[in-house]
Amino acid sequence: MEIKKVIEELKVKFKDDITEFSKQFGDDVIRVKRESLLDIVRFLKKTPHNFAMLLDLTCVDYMGEEPRFEMVYHLYSISNKNRLRIKIRLAEDDLKIDSLTPLWGNANWLEREVFDMFGVHFIDHPDLRRLFMYDGFEGYPLRKDYPLRKRQPIIPMRYEDAD
Amino acid sequence: MELDMVGSPDGGFFTSKLDRAVGWARKYSIFQYPFVTACCGMEYMSAACAHWDFDRFGVGMTTFSPRQSDMLFVVGTITQKEAPVLRTVYEQMCEPKWVIACGACTISGGIYDNYAVVQGIDKIIPVDVFIPGCPPRPDTILDAIEKLQDKIQYQQQDWRWKSKK
Amino acid sequence: MKMPTRLQNEANKENLLINMGPSHPAMHGTIRIMLELDGEKILNSEVEVGYLHRGFEKTCEHKTFFNLLPYTDRLNYVSPLINNLGYVMTMEKMLGIEIPERSQYIRVILCEMSRVSDHLTALAAMTMECGAFTAFLYYIQAREELWTIIEETTGARMTTSYIRIGGVRADLHPDIKTRLAKATKINRRVLKDNHGLLDKNRIWIDRTRDVAVVSPKMAVDYGFSGPCLRASKVNYDVRKAQPYLVYDQLDFEVPLGDNGDNYDRYLVRMKEMEQSLRIIEQCLNKIPKSSGPDELMLKGLEPEDVIKTSRSKRVEDTVKLSPNLEGSEKVKYPGILTKDKKYIVPPKEDTYTSIEGLINHFKFFMKGNGIRPPKGDVYFSVEGGSGEVGFYIVSDGTDKPYRLHLRGPCFHIVSALEEMIKGHYVADVIPTFGSVNMIGGELDR
Repeated sequence: MEIKKVIEELKVKFKDDITEFSKQFGDDVIRVKRESLLDIVRFLKKTPHNFAMLLDLTCVDYMGEEPRFEMVYHLYSISNKNRLRIKIRLAEDDLKIDSLTPLWGNANWLEREVFDMFGVHFIDHPDLRRLFMYDGFEGYPLRKDYPLRKRQPIIPMRYEDAD
Repeated sequence: MELDMVGSPDGGFFTSKLDRAVGWARKYSIFQYPFVTACCGMEYMSAACAHWDFDRFGVGMTTFSPRQSDMLFVVGTITQKEAPVLRTVYEQMCEPKWVIACGACTISGGIYDNYAVVQGIDKIIPVDVFIPGCPPRPDTILDAIEKLQDKIQYQQQDWRWKSKK
Repeated sequence: MKMPTRLQNEANKENLLINMGPSHPAMHGTIRIMLELDGEKILNSEVEVGYLHRGFEKTCEHKTFFNLLPYTDRLNYVSPLINNLGYVMTMEKMLGIEIPERSQYIRVILCEMSRVSDHLTALAAMTMECGAFTAFLYYIQAREELWTIIEETTGARMTTSYIRIGGVRADLHPDIKTRLAKATKINRRVLKDNHGLLDKNRIWIDRTRDVAVVSPKMAVDYGFSGPCLRASKVNYDVRKAQPYLVYDQLDFEVPLGDNGDNYDRYLVRMKEMEQSLRIIEQCLNKIPKSSGPDELMLKGLEPEDVIKTSRSKRVEDTVKLSPNLEGSEKVKYPGILTKDKKYIVPPKEDTYTSIEGLINHFKFFMKGNGIRPPKGDVYFSVEGGSGEVGFYIVSDGTDKPYRLHLRGPCFHIVSALEEMIKGHYVADVIPTFGSVNMIGGELDR
């Protein structure tokens, strides 16, 4: 099934929920409302679309714009060789979104990483904790307002930096 | 390469000869603990295997228990999360002990100057030999082992009534 | 570090909790696995990562597109040229550049050499940890042969930064065919020896057959890719599904496994190495000739004379460059780099003898100028040693990336590790973890 037909079917079935269809440098991108994420993804996972693989799940911080954060999902279909990108915007004071853990196994660690780096909260995630940073680290490192060199050491250093 | 005598021997002729003899024995049988984390580990593997073998220098015995080793070979980037682990491993080793810091990341943080990396492991533990390079060639690692062996031979050995700081 | 972990909260109080800590010989240095045991059987486990998190994504937001190339080398440090290629092809998709055919063949040759060295290192570590020390030494010997050739071509054994936006940095050694023929002969002999040592070995089969079986449904569910997915009988290889460079003109097979256990992951890697050596031989036969003479450029005018003459009139003769610029002379540029001048470093003969070359050089390196792609975001993936290596880059029109994200294949495979080792013994963790080929730089970024 070609990607054009998938987009046609999405236009017919979810015309209120998808706000924008576009093509970026040859990739297909759809912009979706937050509440309808699970329905759209379940529809795409079934036959005949067969988007069986969640390739990636990440977040971008557009500081200065409103809404500030944008979640980006990449889906892939092995049998049809189609790729699709889904984008959702989230505001800073309402940073919650549905978790995809009931559908895919690797969503568990991917969402923990986004929580660790950006502070996005995932509803119904079984175990939302930090993944890369250690307990006691304050702040979310990949946000634009976290300075690059701000270190929070756990054990005391023998001497300090010269600068 | 003969180094000048490091530190003045207090005691005279016989204790300095004894220092040399004990140093000779210690330098040719070093039990090392490879604390390998990142890319430099690949060059460490090459230095350990057939072409650049460091077993010929007496350093071949890799123990994986810090309590039975006397040299800590820190290879690869040390992050803030790994720093307590390194400190614990260093404190578990018995005297006399030496530390080699291999790679640019262990000397000063390397190309990573950010929130997550310790800028040099001598902020955590005292270091004897630094090996520059990103990653250093296996020849450089062998050269560093020779320099450490010179240092072990000519240092003032520690006896039970005085310890090395 | 002081808070109790999930396993300590959930475990039965009578069972034994054991920690295979961050500094462990078989953990490749940077992972912590906590196990809940009943005797020797694993009931539950928890994997903790992040001990090599070096802040790659945040650092890249502060460097220009050309400057962040060395950071990509250190991601999957056993096959650094493939990470270089992934980043560079993502940028070329965004900028819309065409690269010459000879440089595409050079990229394929070096990537396949990198892939062979990745599989050699993975299997060397796996077999050494199980006790087969001879196999480890043979694999590392084969790897040394390849790394010698990579050093002659790119200048460094490991972290090369050779594949650049617009092509490659320098042309191949003129004698490369004989050297690669010798290296492939030694590699094939090593592969044959190791097949004989391990394939029908009673101890190896007992340790790896039917251990950590991954069904095809579970593999796709967890986002596996690469040899681990193909060992579970799912046929997905990025080089065949979305061919890039010249892979659609080359003839190679994609080996598949049967069961999805450790033995299949080992066997798929061994067969893939043979296919990579076949690809290298085909490329050497098909590669177009280099533009410019084949012998080394040791003749030409002296640089000081050329600079003095160029002050009054333009110089067209060849110049004798220093040995570390060998291969990137101006006469070789049409074969290795694109014609579009905005995205490449100009040749040194132009920089030092003409004013246009100097301005090109200045505008490329000056902060604020240089490579400035259009606004938007792009995703592209290549086939790495462990699976699909993908880069997602968001650009806002300036010379630094706004956001750069790596889709590392090891991340998804290691997230399934807790399920893979459930119900097995403690000694089964070692070959399982070795067959997964976790690389810390790619997992933790």
